[in-house]
Amino acid sequence: MSTRIVELRRGILKKNDELAAGLRSRFTAAGVLVLNLVSSPGTGKTTLLERTLGELRARGLRVAALVGDLETDHDARRLASTGAPVRQINTHGICHLDAEMVGKHIDEWQGIDLAALDFLFIENVGNLVCPSSYDLGERIRVVLLSVTEGEDKPLKYPGLFNSADAAILTKMDIAGACGFDRDLAVRNIKEIRPGMRVFETSAKTGEGMEAWLEHLQEERAARRA
Amino acid sequence: MHELSIATSIVDIVAESAAAYPGARVREVRLRVGVLAAVVEDSLQFCWEVVTEDTVLAGSRLVVRVLPVILHCAGCGTDSALDGIQSFRCPCCGEPASDLLQGRELEIEAIEVEEPELGAGMKAEEA
Repeated sequence: MSTRIVELRRGILKKNDELAAGLRSRFTAAGVLVLNLVSSPGTGKTTLLERTLGELRARGLRVAALVGDLETDHDARRLASTGAPVRQINTHGICHLDAEMVGKHIDEWQGIDLAALDFLFIENVGNLVCPSSYDLGERIRVVLLSVTEGEDKPLKYPGLFNSADAAILTKMDIAGACGFDRDLAVRNIKEIRPGMRVFETSAKTGEGMEAWLEHLQEERAARRA
Repeated sequence: MHELSIATSIVDIVAESAAAYPGARVREVRLRVGVLAAVVEDSLQFCWEVVTEDTVLAGSRLVVRVLPVILHCAGCGTDSALDGIQSFRCPCCGEPASDLLQGRELEIEAIEVEEPELGAGMKAEEA
């Protein structure tokens, strides 16, 4: 018997990365801005998205959402009440969405035309660990942190916070009741991801939504130009 | 916690590469894993025996090399490794730096395969 060392230098998630790159090209060609929303379970991704879809539609923008959960179509039904096209992805135990699931659901989504959309939001499975490794072909990754979770979450989950392009502090209407230290939370986010834009919202009262919606429209305009 | 699916992907990729060496067995798989890759070595090791069972990787060692974050600092122009992942500041000048040169890797660097001595076998047949 003889042994030999074979250099592979092969990315373990290469297949996902290739599929994601293909999706990104498709989204760019169609002119749709795609965002991937990540957070722990219960941070308020669906509530923020519900309000965001409604407000963007009211401004005449064309929006759609793909929503990931292990089970149930509860979130899709909630989001569909905004009138936007919504499709549920059930992962049946898998802790994150991947590019293959996103591609498959877009292909099977009857009546959806990417070129007729301004924004496509992908609500990931609630998880602050695994989604950081899986590129979905999005242009912007948004991480959400609610005031009930503790200001040190960015330090506890640096992999995900560092991979994001924008952050949103949610449930700001109850920040006082929770004794939430807003400055500390923002400082921790910026320690992990220097320069990242941080929005502060309450999807319930509408507080801070305007800055977030403006940002979305600016990003959209910048990609179009 | 998706180490089981990561481990399964590693086995698939390695088995495919090892097929180029008929009759060979994989003795060692060497990974490069960045500290931000969201993969825990202990969890990979924990499922390694099970996922490699009945494959050419059965009985192989998994060797994980953990790579620190390396940041490029636009301020002072240096590239430096971070001690941890609690603060993304340039170790040289202390300024925040977001240009990541290393730290998200999740790759199979190399494999060690053990091949049957084809030459020796042929000689034996000739004799």
